[in-house]
Amino acid sequence: MDIHLVLSHSDGRPMYVQIMEHVRRRIAVGDLKPGQPLPSIRQLAVDLQISVITVKRAYLELEREGLIATQHGKGSVVAAGRGIRTRLYEQELSKHLEEAVRLAVLLGLGSRELQRRLRETAEQLADAHKER
Amino acid sequence: MTDLAVQLEGVCKTYRFFSLNDVALRIPYGQIMGFIGPNGAGKSTTIRILLGLVHQDRGDVRVLGRTMPAEQVAAKWDVGFASEDMRLYEGETLEWHLRFIRSIFPAWDQGYAATLLKRFDLRADHRIKGLSHGQRVKAVLLLVLARRPRLLVLDEPTTGLDPVSRHELLRELADVMHDDRRSILFSSHNTQDIEQICDQITFIDRGRIIESRDKETFMDRWRRIRVELPGGVQLPPLPGVIDVQQTGRLAVATTNAYDSRLPSAYEAAGIRVHAVESMTLEEIFMTNVQHSREGARA
Repeated sequence: MDIHLVLSHSDGRPMYVQIMEHVRRRIAVGDLKPGQPLPSIRQLAVDLQISVITVKRAYLELEREGLIATQHGKGSVVAAGRGIRTRLYEQELSKHLEEAVRLAVLLGLGSRELQRRLRETAEQLADAHKER
Repeated sequence: MTDLAVQLEGVCKTYRFFSLNDVALRIPYGQIMGFIGPNGAGKSTTIRILLGLVHQDRGDVRVLGRTMPAEQVAAKWDVGFASEDMRLYEGETLEWHLRFIRSIFPAWDQGYAATLLKRFDLRADHRIKGLSHGQRVKAVLLLVLARRPRLLVLDEPTTGLDPVSRHELLRELADVMHDDRRSILFSSHNTQDIEQICDQITFIDRGRIIESRDKETFMDRWRRIRVELPGGVQLPPLPGVIDVQQTGRLAVATTNAYDSRLPSAYEAAGIRVHAVESMTLEEIFMTNVQHSREGARA
């Protein structure tokens, strides 16, 4: 399967992270389904004109995250099991929450104040949703 | 049989004004090694030793399982070498050169040669003397690639190429890697090319190997950490930090042995960490050379 991905040289993140991000997003939107095979490491390296070792690293880390499964000699597939998309959104949510807490600390907000702001935001969004 | 296409151990060569000291270089089969160093660092000497063109004073050199320079004649069938200063016959056409190389090397791939002519935008009926520098470089590369050697040794292959041709060349090199028994040694000043396609990276400066490891590990160890210090405080020295630039309360620390405990250590010392940035190979190259030279002076 061809996974069409465009790497950026001006993106500050390492190339293996960009590959991981792309595969994650593909799984999250449902383009890549559980059990679906990914291109072999060497094939993807040739297609993207990048080193084999970079693709290998991206696959290894995706495997560690449980998003793909690699069978020796058979290549990699998107991991089976329900909730893989849920888990991706969970990860995304944790990242944003951590960021929110970090900024709150910088602003000197206490946890009660942060909770209040979070509730407020949720209410605002719910209202906006109702009006539509 | 080893898993190494190229293996240099303890290689020394002394000239009057330059010497290679205890050079080790190992390229696994199926991988691309990027060989980086400033002008005069010893890249070309190392390459010439592994090709058997220059004989080492000491040390072992094995290429595709053969001992160099003793078995260089046998090794050469499988090794393709291209360098910037390679000469073609000025009065002859590219076609003449193609026939010549084809008559020598049985593995010559005529179909691939024709494809490369198109991709490199070259004409076989042109005489060499009418070609630009970039066209000559591409002609030499074509003559080497179409032999489909098991080991490609390219000394500054992208120098003098326009971006389109450089991209074409990188595509061909990536394509070679379809076959996991073929290997490439690639020396270049263009760190972006190396960062993109190489599996292994070796740094050489002043005749010594500074660092040699797989690219992912290599790039991972280097980080720039931007911090904010309390007034009047100097950034404390921490292990692995090789360069600190401080102006006022802001400082940038560069490390070649990054560990996630490093920013935590700063935070614990009351220093706020603004960002931990990965570095490009070019930035690493500059810092590495400066650092190793300062170390040599100290």
